[in-house]
Amino acid sequence: MNRSEGPEDLCRIDALALAGLLKLREVSSVEATRAFLDRIARYDGTVGAFLHVRTEDALKDAESAQRTLDAAASGGPEAPAFCGVPVALKDNLSTKGIPTTCASKMLEGYLPPYDATAVERVKASGAVVLGKLNMDEFAMGSSNENSSVKPVRNPWDATRVPGGSSGGSAAAAAAGFAAFTLGSDTGGSIRLPAAFCGVVGLKPTYGSVSRYGLVAFASSLDQIGPLTRSVADAESVFGLLAGRDPHDATSVDRPATASATRGVKGLRVGIPREFLTDAVQPEVRDTVRRAAAWLSAEGATCVECALPAVDYWIPAYYVVSSAEASSNLARFDGVRYGHRAGTYDSIASMYSRSRSEGFGAEVKRRILLGTFVLSAGYHDAYYGSAQKARAHIRAGFEGVFRDHDVLLSPVAPQTAFRLGEKSGDPLQMYLQDICTVGASLAGIPALSVPAGFDGEGLPIGLQLTGPAFSENVLFAAAGCIERSAGCLGRFPDLDRAVASAKGA
Amino acid sequence: MSYEIVCGLEIHAELSTATKIWCGCENAFGGEPNTRCCPVCTGLPGALPVLNRRVVEFAVKAGLAMHCEIAPRSVMARKNYFYPDMPKAYQISQFEKPMCIGGYVDVETSQGPRRIRITRIHIEEDAGKLLHDAYGTGTLVDLNRCGVPLIEIVGEPDLRSSEETKNYMEAVREILEAIAVSDVKMQEGSMRADVNVSIRPVGETALGTRTEMKNLNSFRAVQRAVDAEAKRQEALLAAGKKVVQETRQWDDNRGESRGMRGKEDAQDYRYFPEPDLLPILVTPEDVARIAAELPELPAARRARYVGTLGIAPADAELLTRSRAEAGMFEDVLAQGVGVRAAVTWMVVELFGRLNTTGRSAADLPFGGADLGRLVALVEAAKVNPGSARRILAELMEKGGEPGRLAESMGLMAVSDAGGLSVAIATALAQNATALADYRSGSAKAFGFLMGQAMKAAGGRADPKLLSAALREALDGAGNGEA
Ligand SMILES: [Zn+2]
Repeated sequence: MNRSEGPEDLCRIDALALAGLLKLREVSSVEATRAFLDRIARYDGTVGAFLHVRTEDALKDAESAQRTLDAAASGGPEAPAFCGVPVALKDNLSTKGIPTTCASKMLEGYLPPYDATAVERVKASGAVVLGKLNMDEFAMGSSNENSSVKPVRNPWDATRVPGGSSGGSAAAAAAGFAAFTLGSDTGGSIRLPAAFCGVVGLKPTYGSVSRYGLVAFASSLDQIGPLTRSVADAESVFGLLAGRDPHDATSVDRPATASATRGVKGLRVGIPREFLTDAVQPEVRDTVRRAAAWLSAEGATCVECALPAVDYWIPAYYVVSSAEASSNLARFDGVRYGHRAGTYDSIASMYSRSRSEGFGAEVKRRILLGTFVLSAGYHDAYYGSAQKARAHIRAGFEGVFRDHDVLLSPVAPQTAFRLGEKSGDPLQMYLQDICTVGASLAGIPALSVPAGFDGEGLPIGLQLTGPAFSENVLFAAAGCIERSAGCLGRFPDLDRAVASAKGA
Repeated sequence: MSYEIVCGLEIHAELSTATKIWCGCENAFGGEPNTRCCPVCTGLPGALPVLNRRVVEFAVKAGLAMHCEIAPRSVMARKNYFYPDMPKAYQISQFEKPMCIGGYVDVETSQGPRRIRITRIHIEEDAGKLLHDAYGTGTLVDLNRCGVPLIEIVGEPDLRSSEETKNYMEAVREILEAIAVSDVKMQEGSMRADVNVSIRPVGETALGTRTEMKNLNSFRAVQRAVDAEAKRQEALLAAGKKVVQETRQWDDNRGESRGMRGKEDAQDYRYFPEPDLLPILVTPEDVARIAAELPELPAARRARYVGTLGIAPADAELLTRSRAEAGMFEDVLAQGVGVRAAVTWMVVELFGRLNTTGRSAADLPFGGADLGRLVALVEAAKVNPGSARRILAELMEKGGEPGRLAESMGLMAVSDAGGLSVAIATALAQNATALADYRSGSAKAFGFLMGQAMKAAGGRADPKLLSAALREALDGAGNGEA
């Protein structure tokens, strides 16, 4: 029997549209939730986006959301923004009573006793949590092949990676497994998979979204952000996530001076030459130029520019992020939760065996690197120098933003690569972050927006980067690209993905 | 060869803020294991610290009391190490930029006063506790103490004997107690010290190789450990051996230390600035406000008591032992009574009773003002000293207002002539033999009759008035005439 078009459509429209239908009661939250759950059941065996699906509990939450919607419709208090909308969360977001494993053997069986602030805010918006999403182990990776459970496949081509580390979040948003998803970005972990999977992904200004409850990778870089099927959704979800949280000392309220630009007229767009070299896939470069034309057509001025200190980005990023990771991941010691080795004869052997067994190769590599760069005798040369480079990088951006309101660049040098293609070479993998880590080090917002497809039908994402708290400018520019690129409404063919995965 | 001891202390004191340093959990000693904690202080994945600003206030107070500079901007840092009592596997402390820098504490020693320099005071978090075989066999972890705020007071190696070391630690304890930032209960571990000891030939200025003993939690242990370690090092040098820089474990029961196989010294803590917390800013206005809140410190108070009030040094010492006792004495004085009477009632009467009952001034059901009113009643001869002692005993049991207690206990002094003469007449009538003895010149008999008259007055007569009246009654009653 052919499935009706209705439920499938619910999985394709954006979250704001679905929220509208739910408020008008044209569809119930239970129907919408069931539509997503069915789709997950049917296709996620191939995609591998979910680590945990809350089938029964999500339906119960949907019933409860429906009662709120019904009450609102009969004159009760207004339902919150995303009431009854099914969503899914990256597995490094602490969820009370729901497994939170960071796709690591180390956290198998860990049930957090509390919700992350971002999760609390999503729940307060009425959203129904469908489950937890696959990722690179502890968010370390650019292809999602570092998940200890299973890799995620790109819904557009199941032989390819979805990007990482929020690969599950991007694939789920692209495949219509949730109305929107949350991911986390440390050096590009939202933007890169958003680009590979053809969805919108925002890494907010550092401090604008609380990190409380996000299992830390690199504390001075980590930010939680949305992955959505439209720019409007990204803006709306960011709105509900953002704002100071008393549980995160580094969180802030967006300053009152933050821009509220709607259009791109008069916007000064800079296009860093450093990311238009031959190392970048020609179709990606062409897409950057095409987007510049679209922006110009709506009144922006686009010029090429020089972005200083780009050569320092990757080394500074890997030193700083690994140093912080080595400390953040030290708490996984097998004492109170997570994996503990079966046999040991001393506290030291319990630590080393539990950690050797619990962590995957990439995580170990970063812990070792981070431990090394903080060690006596090397600290100043590595960690100290990286901090200086970071200040230099920040200053570089400040200089560029005196003449430009926003920077337009590729997200990655190329579109989604094949599973296994780069997994043997960590350095090649690290270079996937070459365009994205700058914004992370500088703590400024950057957004990935779908802007076209390459010859193989793979999505091309473009990155917009602005000064701190300029998210509204990014949304305006991204809105222009979204309107012009005509990617809205294009969906991956999951049946083809299933077939190609079988063939692979 | 004769050697001198060179010793420096790192004193850890838990701050008595209402809540812990990073979370809202109650900051209290003990409790059922793992009940006073939350995701933050147990370092669950994703939990973040948020600084309790009261901790900053307390640390600044301690810094000012020890004459430190207060850093306008200080930075928390991670000290990374694995141990099961530290669930994050790093301690949040301060490293390159501590909160208080360069102070001193003046210490009395048998060699006279000495000024011991303070290198720095920084804030950090306490760890949990390991319970060995407390519940069946094996080691369990109690995380209740995790996140209890600490200050670490790092002293210069200025101490030259175990006595100085002990006195210095006592002086620090006294200051922290007086400014009310710590409970300083050594037996509960809320104050403890790491002791660094080296020796060098007398006259030598370079430092010898030092060893460290951690977590000593009594003055006696500190004093004994310093002496034992100096002796051990001396024996090594005498035997032509070298002192090895190491951490040693002090066993107070056996009175000796043993090496911990140098493991501790191989530690590389890989400090780096804590990215989850912002730098701590303290403005000059903050410093001025906190400085204005500082009470008179014990040493200054003692000097004033001896110099200005003329109190004997030994009494001044007793009166300034604790915040509660010193505060009480000030309240007694505030009732306008004489210094001598106030000292006598505090030191002899009150402290004497506290000593015999093992109670402390801090948990009495009455205050210094009450005791001051009682002393005033004695001074005004409205209550005689014996009655006043009974009233004090009652105050210590139940508290109350001394004047009203005197009334209700029927202890207001008998001082009117009629009352006294009735008492005397009764005494003389019932003790004819003694009266006769008095008449025949026995001085002892006067004392006996005085006692009987006081008894007849129900113990309430003012002794001076009664004595005068009795003498008049006896001598005025005639010359040998019965
Ligand atoms: Zn707590």
